[in-house]
Parts: sequence; C-alpha cells; structure tokens
Amino acid sequence: MQPETIRHTELTTSPSLADGFAPNGIKMSTTNLSAFFGELQALYDVNMEIASNRVLAIIGPSGCGKSTFLRCLNRMHEVAGGTMTGSVLLDGHDIHETDAVLVRKRVGMVFQKPNPFPTMSIFGNVAIGLRLNKGTPRNQIAELVEQSLKQAALWDEVKDSLDKSGVSLSGGQQQRLCIARTLAVNPEVILMDEPASALDPIATAKIEELIYDLKKDYTIVIVTHNMQQAARVSDHTAFFYLGRLIEFDETKKLFTNPAKKQTEEYITGRFG
Amino acid sequence: MKAQRRYIPSFHYYKRMLTGRLMLFLCSLSSLVALVPLLLIFFYTVTRGVDYLSLDFFMKMPKPVGETGGGMANAIVGTLVLIATGSAIGLPVGILTGIYLAEFGNGKFGTLVRFLADVLSGVPSIVAGVVAYGLVVIPMKHFSALAGGVAMAILMVPTVTRTTEEMIRLVPHSYREAGLALGIPQWKTTVQIVLRTAFRGIVTGILLAIARIAGETAPLLFTALGNRFWSTALDQPIASLTVFIYDYARAPFEDWNNQAWTAALVLIIIISTLSLAVRFVTRSRYTQR
Repeated sequence: MQPETIRHTELTTSPSLADGFAPNGIKMSTTNLSAFFGELQALYDVNMEIASNRVLAIIGPSGCGKSTFLRCLNRMHEVAGGTMTGSVLLDGHDIHETDAVLVRKRVGMVFQKPNPFPTMSIFGNVAIGLRLNKGTPRNQIAELVEQSLKQAALWDEVKDSLDKSGVSLSGGQQQRLCIARTLAVNPEVILMDEPASALDPIATAKIEELIYDLKKDYTIVIVTHNMQQAARVSDHTAFFYLGRLIEFDETKKLFTNPAKKQTEEYITGRFG
Repeated sequence: MKAQRRYIPSFHYYKRMLTGRLMLFLCSLSSLVALVPLLLIFFYTVTRGVDYLSLDFFMKMPKPVGETGGGMANAIVGTLVLIATGSAIGLPVGILTGIYLAEFGNGKFGTLVRFLADVLSGVPSIVAGVVAYGLVVIPMKHFSALAGGVAMAILMVPTVTRTTEEMIRLVPHSYREAGLALGIPQWKTTVQIVLRTAFRGIVTGILLAIARIAGETAPLLFTALGNRFWSTALDQPIASLTVFIYDYARAPFEDWNNQAWTAALVLIIIISTLSLAVRFVTRSRYTQR
C-alpha cells in the first residue's frame, strides 16, 4: 500500500470527514506513527492527515502525547533522545529519508515559552535563521526581516528599536518575535506547541488572530490545552488520550457532535 | 465592615526573627573574614612595592649583581610571552574539550574525560612542571619558554574544560531546540547560539585560568628556568616575574628584596589590567541580568 494513496475516509478515527476536508491537498500525513522515550511508549499508531492551508488543533489532557506527536512532525522528537516507528510524510515524501535539517527548514516550530536568543537584538533574532542557512543574499536579509515582523504583527511595535535585545520585549511580543523568527526561514508548515499558554488574554488574542491570518500561506498545527482556543482558531481538531488518537474531525463537528464518548467527556469537562 | 484584628506577634515570631538576624550577621561576618586576607595582601603589596614602581622598572633590564637600580622589562615581557604560549596551547584544547563534554559527553568516554580533568585540576603545579620537563626540556636538551608554556597549558586545560562545559550546560535547552527548529545544523547551533550565550561565562573561566598560571612559579623553575637577559625566543630560557620574585625575595640584598615586592605588585597590575581589558572587549551589548 502506497502511503500517498491513503484517503482520509480510510482513517478509522475520522469517518465523517467530508470531501471539503483538504481543498488544497494533504500537506502531511502520518501512518502508524508510534513514538518512544527509551522503553516508554508515548504514541500508539497514529494515522492522521494534515490539510494544506488549514489549522489543525491537537487537544487532550496533559501527558497524552500531543507535544510528542507535534515533535515527530519535524524530527525534533529525536533531539530529546526519543525514537519513533511508522512514517511521517511531507508532500508525499518520508521525512526520515531527508536530512533532519532540511525537514526543519520546511516544518518550523514555535515553542510554549517564548525563547528569543538573549545575545541577539530583535533584528538579529529574526535574521539568525537566514544568516546561518546559506542561500539568502546579505542585502535581502533586512527586507525579509521586515516582512517577517510584519507578518507576525510585530513590526509597528519594534520598528524603532530593532537594535534592542530580544528579551527586552514583553512576553507576548517575545512570542510574536519567535513566530517572526520561524516565518523568516520561510517554512511550509508551522508547528505551535501551546504558543499562548504563557501569555495574558490580550497577547493570546493577538496570537490567535495571527494564526488565522497565517493559514493563507502556511499549514499550521497547534497543540493547545485551551479548548475555546482550539474551537476559535482551528479548522480540524484531533483529540488525543493516553497516546492514542481518539477522534479526528472538523472542529465544528468534534465540538458540537463528537463521535466518541471520551471526546465528549473531555470537551464538556467531565473527564476522569 | 469587619474591624481589622490586630496582629499580636507570638513567641515563635520573635524566635524566627532573631534566628534570621543571627544568620545574616554570621554570613556578613564570614564575608568580611574572607575579604581580610585579600585586602591584606593587596595593601601590603602596594605599600611595599610602590616605592620602586617607576617607569624604569618597566623599561630597564636587571642590573648585574652588586649594582642597585634597574628594572624587570625582560621579566614582564617574559611573563606575557609565557601566558600567551600557555594560552595558545591550553585554551583551544580546554575549550574544545569542554564543548565535547557538554554536547556529546554523556557516554563512558565523556565520564572518563570529565573524571581525568577533575583529577588533573588537583595535580600540584610542580608536577605539571616535571611533566613539561620530561616532554619538552629533555628532548630539546635545554630549558625554554616553550617548556614553560607547556607546563602552564597543562595547568590551564582542566579549569578551562570544566568551566566551558558548565557554562554550556547552563544554556537552556530551549535555545538549542529553537536553533535546530529553524533548520540550523547542529554544529552551527552549537557555535552561533549555544556558545554565544555561554560566551561570557567561558571568558570568566579563561580569565581565572590565566590568572592562575600567571602566578605560578614552581613549574617554571625547571622549564622556562629564568633569564637575566632580554629574550622573547620560544626555544630559549625566558625570564618571568614569578621566578624573579622567588630569586629576589631570597637574595641577601635589600635592593633586590624591594624589587621583588615591586615585581609582585606589577604582576597583580598585569593580571587585573588583562581581566578588565578582556571584560571590556567581550562585554555584552545587551545587559540583562
């Protein structure tokens, strides 16, 4: 069976996805993805398809494998010493047959805690990916930095202080700086691991707005603990529990009419 | 509205408060006790050494035995040459080993290297001198600045290795992950992001190591030997302030004894200036903490 030919309708966990699931095609898919930390298995046979130019939200209780799943998508899982089996396809090609560095250039990542590089200016933080990856002419860097900061809705706030330290910004600004840094290397997919969980409601709203704007150009996968956030920003939602994909569907459907009892119990807060 | 209840301190409150004050007093006292020897050394060296401190001391050569006056120009330059030679050998080895231990040193080999570095840092400096004697002096058949540099490098490596490793390990893992997630290859992430973040800490470790070797006498006695004449050649015996201090302090001439004090003062000045200069050059553009 060729992995490329898997249709979402064949996925046992998402029987009701209609044809409108992926109007721009499938960007990534996983087949029997299992992930391990040494002996400990964190993910069990996850089959999922991620639609291009859509936002996929991953929800579930702590320790259910959400972040591990996300980190398998750009091979960051192995950086922490983990291993995985099964396959992850990006545009139909197995990411394990490509160099990890090239995969991460195409599949960027924003972390839970804003982590701008403390030794670099605001400009330097955004430019670092371009400077250290060959192929961007020096004279284009400033332009790309500006463009990325504009995309991350941070430009107006920092355009007069690009020389200041990246860590001098507020938490919400730092997180948008990290998003700008990720956008600068021009990825195709952006993975976000609870990007707003360390931020106040106003900063969170800005990030959510940003996610909505970014899906025009990027495919986004966001892990979140906040179900309202998942409902607000995403097109599709996957519910994980104990390392297994329990339900995967259109966000509206999953939140209003979940197929599985566990999903319903979780989203209504009656879990346990 | 409810009337506010007055807080009546209990016996335990006073006990805790007194304990707190007592501990603060003890900590302050200990800090003072720790400072006293440092200040004593500093002031005593300044008072004894300042009389002979003049431009001549920096510019002139030592006078022959029996004549008074003269300077230690050769010893000052010699000390600098020895520091430079020791650093040229010791710093690259120490820094690269530190990077290796921090980034890849979790296996058995890493544990072994770390253990040996700790053992080496406890080796008496004179032993490092003996090793350099065997490694360099015997094959070359004469004493040399190079041999002194090798002895100093041996003393530097463990300090630099361990501080470099510690400082790199202090860099939060999230910076490394952020770099890798941008598609930056691991070695570039290590050099441009992790090392850059740890840079100031590593520089501090290097300065401590340099300060330590600059004050060493024992390993120089049978490696660099000392030299009463002008020499900056690496393959010749070379003068150093510490060996001059050792010789002049034991000498039966009062003039020499005084010059030894001045030499000690100059050594302190050189090390402080070096530290300040390096700190100024490597200062962070973004002071955060």
